[in-house]
Amino acid sequence: MNVQPDLLQHLELERMPEALAGHDVPWVRLARESAFGRFAARGFPTRRDEEWKYTDVTALGRRASLAPDHIPPDPSSEAALHAWTLTNEGMHLMVFVNGHYDADLSTIDGLPDGVRLTSLAQALDEAQDLPRPFFDVRNEHTIFASLNTAFATDGAMLQLAPGTVLDAPVYLLFIASGHGVAVYPRNIVVAGEGARATMVEHYLGMVDAHNFTNAITQISLGAGAVIEHCKLLQEGSAASHIAGIHADLMAGSSFVSHSFALGARMGRNDITARLLERDCRCTLNGLYLLDGRQHMDHHTRIDHLAPDGVSREQYRGVMDGESHGVFNGKLVVHPGADGTDAHQSSRNLLLSRQAEVDTKPQLEIFADNVKCTHGATVGQLDENHLFYLRSRGIDAESARSLLIYGFANDIVARVSAPNLRGRIEQLVLERLPHGESIKELL
Amino acid sequence: MSTTARQLDELIGREYRDGFYTTLETDTVPRGLSEEIIRMISARKSEPEFMLEWRLKAYRHWLTMTEPQWANVHHPVIDYQDIFYYSAPKSEKYGPRSLAEVDPELLRTYERLGIPLKEQEMLAGVAVDAVFDSVSVATTFKEKLGELGIIFCPFSEAVQKHPDLVRQYLGTVVPYTDNFFASLNSAVFSDGSFCYIPPGVRCPIELSTYFRINARNTGQFERTLIIADKDAYVSYLEGCTAPMRDENQLHAAVVELVALEGARIKYATVQNWYPGDKDGRGGIYNFVTKRGDCRGDNAHISWTQVETGSAITWKYPSVILRGDNAVGEFYSVALTNHYQQADTGTKMIHIGRNTRSTVLSKGISAGHGQNSYRGLIKVLSNAENARNYTQCDSLLLGNQCGAHTFPYIEVKNPGARVEHEASTSRIGEDQLFYCTQRGIAPEDAVSMIVSGFCKAVFQELPMEFAVEARKLLGVSLEGGTG
Repeated sequence: MNVQPDLLQHLELERMPEALAGHDVPWVRLARESAFGRFAARGFPTRRDEEWKYTDVTALGRRASLAPDHIPPDPSSEAALHAWTLTNEGMHLMVFVNGHYDADLSTIDGLPDGVRLTSLAQALDEAQDLPRPFFDVRNEHTIFASLNTAFATDGAMLQLAPGTVLDAPVYLLFIASGHGVAVYPRNIVVAGEGARATMVEHYLGMVDAHNFTNAITQISLGAGAVIEHCKLLQEGSAASHIAGIHADLMAGSSFVSHSFALGARMGRNDITARLLERDCRCTLNGLYLLDGRQHMDHHTRIDHLAPDGVSREQYRGVMDGESHGVFNGKLVVHPGADGTDAHQSSRNLLLSRQAEVDTKPQLEIFADNVKCTHGATVGQLDENHLFYLRSRGIDAESARSLLIYGFANDIVARVSAPNLRGRIEQLVLERLPHGESIKELL
Repeated sequence: MSTTARQLDELIGREYRDGFYTTLETDTVPRGLSEEIIRMISARKSEPEFMLEWRLKAYRHWLTMTEPQWANVHHPVIDYQDIFYYSAPKSEKYGPRSLAEVDPELLRTYERLGIPLKEQEMLAGVAVDAVFDSVSVATTFKEKLGELGIIFCPFSEAVQKHPDLVRQYLGTVVPYTDNFFASLNSAVFSDGSFCYIPPGVRCPIELSTYFRINARNTGQFERTLIIADKDAYVSYLEGCTAPMRDENQLHAAVVELVALEGARIKYATVQNWYPGDKDGRGGIYNFVTKRGDCRGDNAHISWTQVETGSAITWKYPSVILRGDNAVGEFYSVALTNHYQQADTGTKMIHIGRNTRSTVLSKGISAGHGQNSYRGLIKVLSNAENARNYTQCDSLLLGNQCGAHTFPYIEVKNPGARVEHEASTSRIGEDQLFYCTQRGIAPEDAVSMIVSGFCKAVFQELPMEFAVEARKLLGVSLEGGTG
C-alpha cells in the first residue's frame, strides 16, 4: 500500500469542509483527524493486498476530489423517488440526498414509544455521547472505514429501548443525484435488550456519473435483540460503491443481513458479525445479479467468539456480459467457542464467456467441539431443466429467465417483511430479459 | 467426556519413533551460500557446463527474491548462510556398484527403519533408489527396467548420461524463477531421482525412492524429474523418515512431472520426517514445490500424499491441465500433532477442453497442531466443459489445535462446473461411545475412526504404501501401538 502524493494533496485536512457534522465537538474532530491520519498513512489498498486481490480500487485515487460535496438535489430525483416510495407505504422513511438528510422528503412520524430515529449529523452537532464508541478505532474494519470516519456527513441513528418491537421497517433511502459526488453515509443502530426491528438501506443512483459512495453501518444488538437488515444496491452504471456493515451481537441475539447487489459499476460490501456472547444467531444472505462490465465484491466475516453460536450464510451470484463477481466468506471459530454450528454456501451461475467469478469460502477453526461446513459451486443453467420448460411450450429466452429467476428468488424469499420482499422480487424480474413475460408464468 | 479427553491426550502425547541418527564421515562443502559454493557443488558432481549456468542463473534470481509470508505458518527467521548446502557420505565418492560396496553403517540405518534393501528387492518387487542425504547410494532393478528402455537413476547420473533429456525437460514445469524455495533448490540441488518412460511402455513395477536427511545442519535439496512419454504409465512412490534432531532443518525439494499425450503418472508420498518434540522444538521445515504438467491430450496425473511428519509442511502439489481431456487428481491426508504446522493443498489449472480434476483432502489436527488446506481451482476462458470436484474435511482432536480452509475458485468459462465442499468437526463422541460400548479400547476406537476418515485417500495409495500409511497414522497419534 503506497500513498500516492497527489492523493495526500487533495485530502488535506484543512480543506475538509467546515460543514462536516460535529466540527465544533472536540471528540468528533479528534476522531476525524486521527482516522484521516490512518487513511493517509496507508492509502488505498492495491491488488497485492490479499483482501483486495480481485478488486481494483486504484481508480478512486485518480478522482479529482474525495472530499464530500453538498450538491442540492436534482428535480428529477424527486420524481424517481416518488415512483419508488408509492409502493412502500407503511415504512418509516428517511431520505438522504447526496449524503445529507432531507427532512421534507422523509416521513418518520408515528414512531412507537422507545424508538428514536434521528439524523446522525444532528446527534454529532449536539455532542451526543451515543455515537462516540462507534467512532473508536477498534471498530474500524477496513481502511475505507477510516476514510468514512474522517468524512462522514450524515446518516440514520436508530435507538431501540429494551423490549421495543418496531413492526414497520425503517427505510433509509440514499440518493446520489449530482454528477461526480462523493458521499459518506454513516448509520448507527443500537438495539436494547429484546428489541426487534427491520431496516432497509437502499442506495439509488439517479444519474449516470462517476459517483463515489463510501458507507458504514454499525449495529449493536443487546441480549436477545433481533435485527433484520436489508441492503439494496442500485447505483448508477458508472458509480463506485464501497460499504461496510458491521454487527456486534450479545447473548441470545439474532442478526439477519440480506444484501442485494443489482447496480453500480464497481461495488464492494464488507459485512462482518462478531458473536461476542453465547447462543447468538447470525444469518447472512446475499444475491448479486451482474451484467455489462459490472464488478461486485462481497467480503463477509463471521467471528464466533462465544459458545453455542449458530451461523448460516447463503450467497448466490448470476454473472452475464463481461461482469465479474467476487465472493469471499470468512468464518472464524475462536478458542472457547465450543458448540459452534456454522454453514456457509456460495453458488454461482456463469452465463457468458466474458464473465468471471472468483469465490473463496474460508474456514478458520481454533476450537474442537464444532460443526462447520461450507460449499461452493460454479456452473451454468441445466440443459435438462431448459428442455423440460421448452417441451412445455415456453420459448428459450423465457425458459432461461425463468430458471435464473428461480435461482435468484431463493435468496429473495428469505426476506421476512412481505411488502419489502414483493418489491425486491419485482426488481429482480425487471433485471431479467423477458421479465414481463415470465411474470405471467409465475 | 473428560475421560475421552484424557485418553486422547495420552494417545497424542507420544514421541517420534524413528528418532536416531548415524555417525558417518561426510564430505561437506563449507557452510553458507555464494556463487563459489554453487561452482563447488557443480564441480564435485562433475556437471556439464549447462547445469552450472542454470544453477547460477537460479542463484542470481534468488538473490532478488524475498521469502514468502502468506502461508499460515510461523517459524523463526531462517539464516540461509548458516546451512551446509552439500554433503555426501565420504566412503561413497565414486559410487558403489553393488550393495557390498555400501557402507555397512548405512545399511544398518535402513534396516532399523524397516526397509532392508535386499529383502525389499527380492520380496516387494520395488526398485529403490535410496538417497542418503545427498548422494544416491544404491539402485536396484536397474537392469530389468533398462530392457524396457526405462531410465530410472539418480539425478546426477542422468545429468552425465542423458544430458539431452535433462536439458529438454528440466525447469519446464517449475522454472527456476517460480518461487523463493524453488529458486533456491534450482541453485543448490544436490541430487534426486530422474525417470523417463519411453512411448507406449507401462512400467511393470512401482518405482520408489527413500529420502533421508542425516548429516547435521544439511538442508536437503532434492530435485526429481519424471517424464512419461506418449501413452506411457508409471507409478512412483516416495517415502521419508528422518532422525531426531534439535535444530530445525530446511528441506526445499522440487518435483516436476511431465505427462505427454495419453500418458499417466501416479505419484505417491508418505512423509514422516522428524516433527519436533512435544514442545515444538526442532523438526524439519518442509518447503516443497511439486507440479505436474499434462502436456498432451488425455494425459493423467495423480498426486497422493500422506503427511504426518515435519514441523512445518508447505506444499501444494499441482496439475496444469493443458491437453484436452486431461485429468488431474489430488488425494491427501495431513496430520498435525504437538506444535506441527501444515499449510498444504493443491492447484488445478484447467486450460484444455474437457479437463477434469478431483481434490480430496483430509486434515487431522491434534495437540497444538495447525492444519490448513489452501487450494486453487482455476478455469481459463478456453477450458470448455471443465469439471472439478473438491472435498476437504477436517477432524479435530483436542481444543488447542486449529483447522483452516482457504479454497480459491476462479472461473472464466461458463461451461465449467466447479463444486467445493468442506466440513470441520471433532471426533464424534457418539462414534467413540459406540465402539467402547462394544468393548473396543478407546485407543483402537480412535484409530479406527481416523482410519475410516482417511479411507478414501488410502485407497488411492499403492498396496505397499497403504499398509505403511495406516501404520504411520496410528503411530503418529497413538504412542506406538500401531
